[in-house]
Amino acid sequence: MSTARALLQWVDERFPLTALWKSQVSEYYAPKNFNFWYYFGSLALLVLVIQIVSGIFLTMNYKPDAQQAFQSVEYIMRDVEWGWLIRYIHSTGASMFFIVIYLHMFRALLYGSYRKPRELLWLFGVFIYLCLMAEAFFGYLLPWGQMSYWGAQVIVNLFGAIPLIGDDLAVWIRGDYVVSDATLNRFFAFHVIAIPLVLLALVVVHLIALHEVGSNNPDGIEIKKRLDPNTGHPVDGVPFHPYYTVKDLVGVVVFLGVFSVIVFFAPEVGGYFLEDNNFIPANPLQTPPHIAPVWYFTPYYAMLRAVPAFLHTQFWGVLVMAAAVLIFFFLPWLDHSRVKSIRYKGPYYKVALALFVISFVVLGWLGTQPTDFLGSVGKTDIAVILARLFTVVYFLFFLLMPWYSRIDQTKPEPERLT
Amino acid sequence: MAGSEVEGGKRRFLLAASSVGWGVAAAATAVPFLASMLPSARARAAGAPVEVDISKVEAGMMIRSEWRSQPIFVVHRTAEMLSDVKAMDSRVADPKSDASSQPEYAKNEYRSRKPEYLVLIGICTHLGCSPIGKLQAGADSGLGSDWLGGFFCPCHGSKFDLAGRVLKDVPAPTNLRVPPYKFLSDTRLLIGEDTGA
Amino acid sequence: MRAILIQLLMFPLIAVAASKEARLEPAPIDPRDAVSIQRGAQVFVNYCLNCHAAESMRYKRLEDLGLTQQQIKDNLMFAADKVGDTMTVAMRRSDANRWFGVAPPDLSVIARARGADWLYAYLRSFYRDDTRDSGWNNLVFPNVGMPHVLYELQGEQLLKSLPGSENDSASGAPSLVLETPGKLSAAAYDRLTADLVNYLAYMSEPARETRIRIGYAVLIFLGLLLVPVYLLKKEYWKGIHPGAPRPN
Repeated sequence: MSTARALLQWVDERFPLTALWKSQVSEYYAPKNFNFWYYFGSLALLVLVIQIVSGIFLTMNYKPDAQQAFQSVEYIMRDVEWGWLIRYIHSTGASMFFIVIYLHMFRALLYGSYRKPRELLWLFGVFIYLCLMAEAFFGYLLPWGQMSYWGAQVIVNLFGAIPLIGDDLAVWIRGDYVVSDATLNRFFAFHVIAIPLVLLALVVVHLIALHEVGSNNPDGIEIKKRLDPNTGHPVDGVPFHPYYTVKDLVGVVVFLGVFSVIVFFAPEVGGYFLEDNNFIPANPLQTPPHIAPVWYFTPYYAMLRAVPAFLHTQFWGVLVMAAAVLIFFFLPWLDHSRVKSIRYKGPYYKVALALFVISFVVLGWLGTQPTDFLGSVGKTDIAVILARLFTVVYFLFFLLMPWYSRIDQTKPEPERLT
Repeated sequence: MAGSEVEGGKRRFLLAASSVGWGVAAAATAVPFLASMLPSARARAAGAPVEVDISKVEAGMMIRSEWRSQPIFVVHRTAEMLSDVKAMDSRVADPKSDASSQPEYAKNEYRSRKPEYLVLIGICTHLGCSPIGKLQAGADSGLGSDWLGGFFCPCHGSKFDLAGRVLKDVPAPTNLRVPPYKFLSDTRLLIGEDTGA
Repeated sequence: MRAILIQLLMFPLIAVAASKEARLEPAPIDPRDAVSIQRGAQVFVNYCLNCHAAESMRYKRLEDLGLTQQQIKDNLMFAADKVGDTMTVAMRRSDANRWFGVAPPDLSVIARARGADWLYAYLRSFYRDDTRDSGWNNLVFPNVGMPHVLYELQGEQLLKSLPGSENDSASGAPSLVLETPGKLSAAAYDRLTADLVNYLAYMSEPARETRIRIGYAVLIFLGLLLVPVYLLKKEYWKGIHPGAPRPN
C-alpha cells in the first residue's frame, strides 16, 4: 500500500475524512441544470475567505484608535509593502460581498428556493444577510473618515429613536455620549472577531441545512423524487464533484476578473465603493453637507427617509426600515403558489417580482442622493414622494403574495428537469 | 461517458494545465500578503543608517549613539590603549573573534576599520544589558589593578577589553558585536551601512 | 400664479446647479508625466508645506518620480533631516486655529477627498476681498480661511459679477478678472497649477501607477487561466445530456 493510502487509512480510522468527502462532495448529488444564478453561492464563500484573509493582514497594521486610525490606513496604503493591494481587496470585497449576496438571494426568489423543505435553509440565509449588514456597518467606522464617523452617528441615533429605552441604548452602544474612540474600539472588536465567528457558524449550518434537503433547481422540482433503481441516485442529478467543482471554478475565474478590474483600475468605483468624503479625517464638529450610507444600505436608507416623523420621532422610519429586512424571514410562508419556480408561475408573480426589483434599485438610487435633488412640490420633495411610492411597492410584493400567488395562473411542472 | 484514449489524454492535459494555472495564481496571490509582513517603509526609515560626527571625540574618550534602537559605542583609542589591547590577547576568551559576530573588516586585532576608532554595539552578549565604559586602565576603575581598560557590564559582571573582546571566566560568551559601518570622511561615521566604503 | 409655477419648475435646475458649485473643467494633468509631478513637488514644498502638512507622505517615496535621494535632499527638503521622514510641519494646531480660524488640513489625500478638478479650479479662483481677514476669498470655496499663497505668481483677481445680479452673463456665472498681473502669465500660472495638482494627485495615491501596471498583468493572466479552466469544465460536462425540452 502506498504511503499516501496508508496515511489516509490511518486518518479514516480516527476521523470520517473519506466518508465526509463522499457524502458531501463526490457522492453528493446536485441537479444537473444549474444555470448562471447558481454561481453565487460558491462565490459568496470565496468572498468570505477573501475578506477574512485580507482582513487579517490589515489588522496587522491598522490602529483602532481615534487619533491614529485614519493615518494607519494611509500607512498601509503607502508604507506597508503591498498594503495598497490588501486594502483595495478588502474594500472591493466588501461591496462585492453584497452584490454576490443580492444575486444569490434573487436566485431564491426566481426559483422558490425558500419553499418547503428549505425554509430553515432560507432562515439561516437571512440571518447571514443580517450579520453581513452588521459586519459592514461596524467595519465602515474603522477608517475613521467623515463618512465613517457621521454614518455611524446617524445609524446609532436611529437606535436612539426607540421609545423609552432609546437614549440609554444609544449611549450603551457607543460607550460614550457621542461616537468616539470608545465606539471605534468596540466596533473593531465586533468587526474583527465577534461577527466573523457568528458568520462562520451560520455559513456552516447553512451548508448543513442545504445538504440535508439537497439543492433546489431552476425548474423547482425535487430531483430526489426520481431515483435510479440501480444506483439509488437521482436520475437528474450529478455528483457535486467533479461536475460543480469544475464548473464553479470557471465562475471563480470570471469573478476574479471582474474583481481585478475594480481593484486595479477603479477601486473607488466613482465614489461608490470608496467614498470621496471618507478621505477627510473624521471631524465631530463638522457635519458633511450630505451623509449617505454605502450603496448596499441605500435602499433601506431611502425608506427610512421616506417615512414622515409622526409625533416628532423618526422611530416610524426605523420600524419601516427594520420591517423591510425582517420581512424576508416570512417569505416561505407568504408564497402559496402551487409551483416553486418562476418558469411555471403566472404573470402576477413575474410582474410582482419585476416591480420588486425595480423598487429595490430605484430606492437604492434615491438613497444615494439628497432628498431635494429632484426638486419639490410645495413643501414635499419629489424624491421623497418617489421613495414612498416604491417603499409601498416593495412591501406589497410580500404582503400581497399570499393572495396573488394563490390566484396566479400556473403552468404544470415538468416530470423531469428541462 | 467512457473516455477514449484521446479523451482521457485531453482530460489529463487540461487537468494539468489548470492545476499549474491555479498553482501560479495561488503563489502570485500569496507573495504580496507574505511580503506585506516585511519591514514597512516606516520601519526601514526608523532603522536607517545613522550619521555620527566624531570630530569632537577626544583621544581616550567615547561617545554613545543609537542605531535600530541599539546603543552604539564609538571609542577614540590612544596608542597606549592599542598596545593594551595587544596585551589582553592571553586574557580574552576569543582573541581572534572566531566565535563572535562582526563584519569582515572588523575581524582583525583591533576589531575595527581604523585602529583609532572602535565602533561597537553596546549590548552585553550575555543577557542584553548595556555595559559601562571603563576606558582607563588601573585600579581606579574598581576592577582591580590589572585592569587594562574596556567595558564592564553591571548586570552580571561580564568584562570586555578595549576591542570589545570578552574576558575569560565571565558570564558573557562572545565579544561585543560590531555593527556595519563606514567612514564618510575623517570626521563622520555612518553606522548601519558599509557598502561602497 | 404663472410666475410661481415657472419658479417651481426652475427650482430643480437651480438646485442642481447650486449643488454642483462652480462648473469644474477637467484638470489638465497626466499622472504618467513624472517631470510635471516633480515640478509640482517643488511648488508644494516651497509654498504649501509652511502651513499644510502631508504626514503620510515620506520624502523618500519621491524616488518613484525618478529622483535620487541626493536630489530629494538638495531640492525638496527644507523642513526635515532625513529622507525617510514624512512631510510634517512645525505649526501648532492651536496657533493655526487662532491665525486662520481653522487648522490647515493635512494634504496627504486631499486629491482623493476633493478631486483633482476641484483643486485645479480652487487654486485659480482666488480673488481680492477686503471684507475677509486674509484679504482673499475664493469662488470655488467661499469664505475660505486660506490666503492666496501663490498671488505673486498669478497676480490679483477681482470678482466681476455675482449670480442673480443684473450684470449676469447669460449663464448667470460669476467671473474673475485679472486686475494686477503676477510674475507668471496666465498660461504659465495654469501650467504651474496643473503641475501642483498633478503632484497632489500623485501624493494622494503614490501606488497608482504600480497598481495599473500590475492590473494589466493580472487580467492577462486571468484571461489565459480561463482557457484551460473553461475547457476542463466543458470536457467533464460533455457527457451530461440536457433535460427534456421545456413545456410551454
